[in-house]
Amino acid sequence: MIRVVNVSKSFDEVPVLKNVSTVFEKGKTNLIIGQSGSGKTVLMKCLVGLLNSDSGQILYDNHQFSTMSFAERRVIRQKLGMLFQGGALFDSMTVEENVIFPLKMFSTMTLEEKIDRANFCLKRVNLENVNHLYPAEISGGMKKRVAIARAISNSPSYLFCDEPNSGLDPLTAIVIDNLISEITQEFDITTVVNTHDMNSVMEIGDKVAFIYKGELWWEGSRFEILKTENKEVNDFVYASELMRTMKQ
Amino acid sequence: MKLFFHIGRYFMLLVQILKKPEKASIYRRQIILEMDNIGLQSLGIVAIISVFMGAVVTIQTAFNTDHPMLPRYAVGFATRQSIILEFAPTIISLILAGKVGSRIASEIGTMRVTEQIDALEIMGVNSSGFLILPKVVAAMIINPVLIVLSMFLGIFGGWVVSAVSDVMPVSNFIYGILYEFAPYDIFYALVKTVVFAFIITTISGYYGYFTKGGALEVGQSSTDAVVTSSIFIIIFNLILTQLLLA
Ligand SMILES: Nc1ncnc2c1ncn2[C@@H]1O[C@H](COP(=O)(O)OP(=O)(O)OP(=O)(O)O)[C@@H](O)[C@H]1O
Ligand SMILES: [Mg+2]
Repeated sequence: MIRVVNVSKSFDEVPVLKNVSTVFEKGKTNLIIGQSGSGKTVLMKCLVGLLNSDSGQILYDNHQFSTMSFAERRVIRQKLGMLFQGGALFDSMTVEENVIFPLKMFSTMTLEEKIDRANFCLKRVNLENVNHLYPAEISGGMKKRVAIARAISNSPSYLFCDEPNSGLDPLTAIVIDNLISEITQEFDITTVVNTHDMNSVMEIGDKVAFIYKGELWWEGSRFEILKTENKEVNDFVYASELMRTMKQ
Repeated sequence: MKLFFHIGRYFMLLVQILKKPEKASIYRRQIILEMDNIGLQSLGIVAIISVFMGAVVTIQTAFNTDHPMLPRYAVGFATRQSIILEFAPTIISLILAGKVGSRIASEIGTMRVTEQIDALEIMGVNSSGFLILPKVVAAMIINPVLIVLSMFLGIFGGWVVSAVSDVMPVSNFIYGILYEFAPYDIFYALVKTVVFAFIITTISGYYGYFTKGGALEVGQSSTDAVVTSSIFIIIFNLILTQLLLA
């Protein structure tokens, strides 16, 4: 479980996050939704400590993450998987080496076990026979999937995904969404997903937090989000003709 | 003020780099890889430049010391001294600052702007150590090898000139090359080389690591890395020469 308490963050005096407080529960797929530029990525980077929030606290299972030393953070980080919005694959390594990398760094597995694990993770994101290609040699959507495979290869207890299915076709997007939801339940991990895709929300959103201009505007389940009277949430949810038709 | 900011951050980065590695075996493998990247791939340029510079130094010395008071073997002697003391360690290090420095800064800078460094951090890896330390160690091992090679090839270039042209007799040249040879000169040159290797890799690593922005800034970092490490090579050349030879 991750608890966020009054987190604020600004860049050069421009506030991007304003007093965000929420809880991301274990075994659930927690979604952060909001318009482009609303601060989802910044919030996620604050959660994992890539950005330091100006004020507020972040607690991992009641351990203060914000004030931890590098060594203490490392213990948590080895249990953490993250998918970056841009993939962030190591482009000097092959697909397989990318997926193995977290294991190579910290696990005591044999090489064979690591390769088995990599193949297993790659298979779960529907990738086969690409092990020895470099990131520059695969498509954008494939990169995203390799990045997901890398994020889950060390069996994390906390999984962060920044736009896991942007750039994927609807079919693959659903496969990825379901994969994230499945491993969340299967291994009882705390998952946080940034998205602006309403399909994902309806598919896997156990808990949905709506960020509006850097503020936590609304939170609830995917069923509640369809019925809420909150104007900004409605504007977001019913932005498309399809959703409006469905509502009527 | 900006200078102090850079100096402070540079030394903080050094402390970070020199932390105990997570897994020694991975660092060892990286060092070998980097020795290939930094060292072997610079062999060609080092060889070409050394041979030609050695040849030119010989010709220049021969023409400018053409005086009855000076023995002809002085040309060989002067060629050897300038190659061993300055040309091989300093000029080749400057060339390497251009070749290796820009490569390191752009490689690490690209990793920064594409969030690959963040990805390392997230995994709990000491990213600065993992990326920079193997390069520093590799360069400090391989650059002296390149420099010794450059010394041989430089002198070889001079010998070729004296052998194929009538600038001066070969026998005089060889006599000069062997005349009052002091092994301490080699030691001095190699100490310089190792210090320069440290300067090139850490300064380029620094500029790459703290790149902010996108592709444009990666180019800027790479230029800054080359310029700054060249300047520090020149400054430290003066300091070390004063310390070791005076
Ligand atoms: N490093 C930074 N320096 C300055 N401003 C930043 C920085 N990172 C983000 N911002 C600003 O913070 C705001 C929120 O950005 P963020 O990346 O969190 O948006 P987002 O909700 O993830 O959007 P998207 O859905 O498009 O990914 C933007 O206005 C952006 O300009
Ligand atoms: Mg984003």
